[in-house]
Order: sequence, then C-alpha cells, then structure tokens
Amino acid sequence: MYAFSPTEEQQMLLDAISRYTENDLGPAARDADEEAQLPPGLVEKGWEMGVLQASIPDEYFGFGEHSAVTGVLAAEAMAYGDLSATMAVMNPNLFVLPLLFCGTEEQKQEFIPPVIEAEWKAYTAALMEPKFDFDPNDLATVAEADGDDYVLTGEKSYVPFANEAEMMIVYANLEGKTQGFIVPAGAEGLEVGDRQKLLGLNALPLFNVKLDGVRVPQGMRLGGSDGHDFAPIIDSSRVALAAMAVGLSKAAFDYAVEYAKDRDVFGVKVAQKQAIAFMLAEMGTEIEAIRMLVWEAAWMLDEGMEEASKEAYLALTGAADMAMMVTDRAVQILGGHGYIREHPVEMWMRNGRGFATFSGLAMV
Amino acid sequence: MIDFSPPKPITQMNNVVETVAVNMMRPVSRYFDENEHEIPWDFIKFMHTAVKAMGGTSMAPKEKKEEKKDDPKKKKFPPIGYQRLGHMVEMLSWGDAGIYLCTPGGMLGSAAVSAAGTPEQKKRFLTRFMGKEPVFDAMAMTEPQAGSDTSAIRATADLDEETNEWILNGEKIFVTAGDKALNQSNGFIVVWATIDAEAGRAGMRSFVVESGTPGCKVTKMEHKLGIRASDTVSIILQDCRVPYENVLGSPTVKKTTKGFKGAMKTFDATRPIIATQAMGIARATLELLKEELEKNGVTIRYGIPRQKLTNIEREVIDMEVQFRSAWLLTLKALWMADNKLHNPKEASMSKVKAGDVVVRITQKAVALLGPLGYTRDMLLEKWFRDAKITDLYEGTGQINRLVVARHILGYRGSQLR
Repeated sequence: MYAFSPTEEQQMLLDAISRYTENDLGPAARDADEEAQLPPGLVEKGWEMGVLQASIPDEYFGFGEHSAVTGVLAAEAMAYGDLSATMAVMNPNLFVLPLLFCGTEEQKQEFIPPVIEAEWKAYTAALMEPKFDFDPNDLATVAEADGDDYVLTGEKSYVPFANEAEMMIVYANLEGKTQGFIVPAGAEGLEVGDRQKLLGLNALPLFNVKLDGVRVPQGMRLGGSDGHDFAPIIDSSRVALAAMAVGLSKAAFDYAVEYAKDRDVFGVKVAQKQAIAFMLAEMGTEIEAIRMLVWEAAWMLDEGMEEASKEAYLALTGAADMAMMVTDRAVQILGGHGYIREHPVEMWMRNGRGFATFSGLAMV
Repeated sequence: MIDFSPPKPITQMNNVVETVAVNMMRPVSRYFDENEHEIPWDFIKFMHTAVKAMGGTSMAPKEKKEEKKDDPKKKKFPPIGYQRLGHMVEMLSWGDAGIYLCTPGGMLGSAAVSAAGTPEQKKRFLTRFMGKEPVFDAMAMTEPQAGSDTSAIRATADLDEETNEWILNGEKIFVTAGDKALNQSNGFIVVWATIDAEAGRAGMRSFVVESGTPGCKVTKMEHKLGIRASDTVSIILQDCRVPYENVLGSPTVKKTTKGFKGAMKTFDATRPIIATQAMGIARATLELLKEELEKNGVTIRYGIPRQKLTNIEREVIDMEVQFRSAWLLTLKALWMADNKLHNPKEASMSKVKAGDVVVRITQKAVALLGPLGYTRDMLLEKWFRDAKITDLYEGTGQINRLVVARHILGYRGSQLR
C-alpha cells in the first residue's frame, strides 16, 4: 500500500537531526571548508544521536534494526547541513555496515561492538582508486591467496580518516570479485599517504593509501574463507550518497529561494521574474522526483527485492545529475554573488559535483 | 510509513486493464491514427460495459458516502481512488493514448459536476452514464483568445428572468470528446462563461449544456499531431438556453473567486492523471526501445561507471532515471489527493516532470533507433506525436511551472504573473 510519510519514530529522529544541522552543522560548514577542518566536538555531537547504533541489533550491542529507508532519511536530513561533516559523522558506517551485511558471526561479534560505543572512533574503508574509469566491481587493487593468507597490493584514494583509523576494510580484486579485507592500522606494507586536496569535501580528511604486499589472515576476510557478495555494500553506498545529494541540493535550493525573494531588481524581487521563478520550479521538481527514487531504492533494499541493485544505481545516477543541476542554478540565481565565498552556494556546487565520482564514501 | 508496494486491488485491476490494452488497443492503434475522426466503438462499448460492471458511473473516484459507523472488526483501508485511476490511465495510455481518451463516462465534465454540483445536479447529469448506451462528457473552457489565461474568457451567460433560463453565447475551442458528448451520445458539456463581465474571475461560472440543446453546435473537428483517435472540437453557443438549475454552484456574484477557484481545484486531481497518461506513453516507448536494442544485440549494463558505458547505454539509463522518478512523483501527488492533503504544488510538479520526460524519451527513442525509429512500421513515431499533448493540455508545462513557482515562493498570482 503506497505511503510516503515517515513513521513517528523516523520523524522523531529527523527532528533531532534537523536541530543538529540547523544549530551545528550549517553554521560550521563555511569555516570548516575554508580551514579544511571540522570544529572540535561537532562530529561527536552528531554521533551522540545514535543513528548507526539504532540500526544495529542488540546482539552486537546496538539498539535497533537495520533499515535503509531510515538511513536515507537521516542521511538526507544531515547532508542538508553540511556534506563533509555528515560523511564524518557517518564514517563508522563504512566499517560496521559491511560487517553487518556480510561478516561471519565471529566477525560481527568481534568487530562491531567496539566501534559503536559512546565515543566516535575512526574506523574506515578503502574502496576508491586513483584512475579515471574507477569501477567498484573491477578493482585494480588485487588480493592473492598465499597459503592461509591473502596478500593485498595496490593504490587506494579517498580514504576518510585513514591517518587515524584503528582499522579499515580494504576492498580488493580477488579473482575478478570485489572482496573486503579487515586491515588494522600499522599493518606491514600499509602506507597512508598525503591528505588529498580536492574540488570539494574540504573539511573531510581523505587520504591516499598504498598497499604493498599487505598480508591478511583468512579470518580477516569479510565473510570468512567463503568471502561475500559485494552487491549489498555498493547498493547501500549508492542510496546513501544519493540521499546526501538530495539533502545538499535541498539546502542550495532553499538558499536560492530565500535570496531570490529578497533581492530587488527592476523594482520587483528577482523571484518575481519568470526566468528565475521557472528555474526554481524546475529545481524543486527535480529534487522531489529524485528524492522519491532514492526512497524507493532504499525501500527495495529493505524488502530484499532483486531489482534493488539496479534501482540504487539509477538513484545515484539521477541524484548526481540533479545535484549538479540544482547547485549550478543556485549559484546562477545569486548571480555574481553566488561566485563569492561569502555565500555557501559555491561550496554546495563544488560538493555537488562529487556525487558523480564518490563511491563507498557513505553507507546506510 | 514509507511503502512503495501497490495496493492489491490496484495490482488486480492492472492485470485486467493490461489485457484490454494489449488486445483491444494496440492492434487498432495504427488504424485509428491513420483514420482520424473514426470512432473506436468496439473499445468504447467494451469499456462501457466494464465500467458499469465495476459499479461506477465513470472512471473518476466516487465521493465517499458517510463512513459506516466504525466496525472494530473491520480493518480500515486508506482511500486509493485516485491512485487506482492513475494506474488505469497509465495502462490504457500504454495501450493507446488517443483511444484511452475515448473511454466513455469521461472525466473532465463529470469531474466538474462531481466537484461543484448539488446532489440534485449529480443525479440529473451523472446517472446517464449507467444507461444502456455509452455516454460522453466534456469540458469547454478554452476560447480562441483565452488559452492558459482562463480569466480572459469572453463567453457570456445572461439570465432571462421571465423564463428562468441562462442564455449562453460564445465560442469554445479544443473541447476534448466534444463531438462524442454532443453528437454521438446523450451526453453533456460543461461550459465556462461569465455572468458578470465586470467581475473578472468572480463572475465565472460553469454550466451544463446537454446534448440536443438548441443553439449549441459543433463547428469544427481539429486535425492534430497525435491522439487522433480522440476528437477535439470547436463549439459555437448562439443564444443557447439552458435551465436555471444547470449552473454549477452558486449563481450569485460575490466578491470572491470561489467559482474560478473551483475550476482550478479540479486540476489538483486531473493534472497528476494527465501525468499518468504521459507515463503510460513513456513506458511503452522505453519497453519497445529496449526490446529493439536487444534484438540488435545491445543490452544495457547497469552498475558500471559512466566512463565505461556506451552512449546508447547512457541514454537509456538516463531515460530510466527520468521515467521512474517522474512516475513516483506522480504517484505521490495522487496519494496526496486520496488522503485529502493539499497538493496543488505536487500536482503541477508531476505534470511538469511527466510532460517533460515523455517528450524527451519519445524524441530520443525515435533518434536512437535511427532509420527504424522514424518509420511508421513501428508505433514509436506515433508515441512521439501523442506524447506532446501531455505537455500542453490541462495547463502547459509553463503554466504548471508558474503554479509550482508560486507555491515554492509563497506568491499570489499578482506577485508572479
């Protein structure tokens, strides 16, 4: 039976997140971007809301059930405030959720509880690679079986918090399949490189990581010796990123609406000109349409439907285009002022372009 | 609760409607396109019987009767009338968008009667749809000089106090199914006219003019780009007299635009329905396109980076994104209508989006199939022509953008013209 309104429980969570975005994330976003650093306490405060913990069953010391729908709603609401900070708050998801989806019972028992404790900790994952046609299902980083171990070799990029991560899941190509391997900090052959400087996401610390024959025992292969299916991981990442694209676009859109209603031109407000009003109408329409697509993809994942993977892919494809369209127009509506860093729209435009590139940087 | 599964009654109905689309529409689709103004009676008679069997006077959702006192044993289901209608129109338009418009019991005229009429009026005008023969109705709003700007309507209605009749004068154009309503059945049209030209929109009223009323004549059948199975006519009203009781709603002119707003309110339901029509054409097109590509050895690979996709794959994937998101947006607008949530913004959004999407998809599809797509051997070129109407009627894409923008900005019409 079709229904398009969050449950009461979801709405309570969304209200809490909205207060956090409004009071904390939004106000901090510009300086964080300029200084390439999130202010102290910001991520911790977001972590305290327990979004991840609420999607982990109590046998692993969480207090809820996993729901991709709740996850995308939360991701969307938080990204409305700031993308870098949202990815930082939700960074432990990159380590915990693959374990929840694909880990062996022992792996879940051992690795999930320490991460979801009261204090935010740097646990991360390395999926992306520095090549123009990066394909999560056809990785250049390879894993080779060697006795009871696997040996990982390759180059990773866009690895959040790699410098301080206690552990990371490294994805590598094992006989043509993308497989995750749990690698502790300081493993031999694991080299965390320089922090990356990017077009956007400036406040999120992202690193290059080199793997030079890193040995991983069989028990640290995600899913054990039989390994795992990669689909649930990439699907979850796609809907999470798509939801963030929606939240970010909504922020740019709302900002442009307010500006257009305030800005005088030729004796009226600029919003009273159809050239601007029509742009806004199309932006609002696109955001809402893609939002529904993202919700449906998440719902399909929760239902375990076969078409969920395709839908998640379509959702991110559409969301990336939509985010670029909306943020570009937000800058355009502000005119020259949109280009000035006093306004956040240029930041949203830079961050928005990233959704065509990002992979595995968020999960729900 | 967020849930994207269709209600069971809709799934069941869809299977039946699909059979109709496959067996009674597709096979004659080309014929009625090439023989404009011929009437698809087989389809009409079948639909008449089918709608009657379902107990409906028309396809439009019925107003809920007084809710029966709560039976605690009976689970209450939320209303799904518009969602059901949307699915039905989508499927019939997948069959043939022009033939779908020939469905008797119509929509726009009776929708206006349902929305604004008194119980007596509903009884007088709507029971005819339950009769032996199929009956049609139509809405006559547009005039040669008044399209999207409906406030510029010049048709007049004067009250003859001696006979207690309204005298209608004026010219109406683009009346969908007007010929079937007036000349092919015992139907009616709903005419928009002013009872006080000075009063602007406040003077606008709608009048039911029944088939056979002297002074009301179909003067022209349009030749169109698409949806050729459906007649679009001009109508002249010349001293056309209708009983006093044929005015819908209140006949006194007050300083309000309630009558006009009543007309606009029907759009909250009809616009997403037109959007579902667009989506039916779009789905037909996408299915055919993918089928043809597959026959020619092209399968679409999902889930790989765009850098590795071929151009055709990228085009098809983008179409699917647009198609699905437009459909869901439409579904949400219909769901809001069913749940009595204020939805003029969402209604217009769905129409903007679906109209854009179907036009883009059909135009791209013709081009993607190269010399095959452009021929009349396939229905693709017909859908390309049919599609465009959805971006034009029930408010052009631009009018709907205006409506969306006003809602987004919180502006009245005077602030954003």
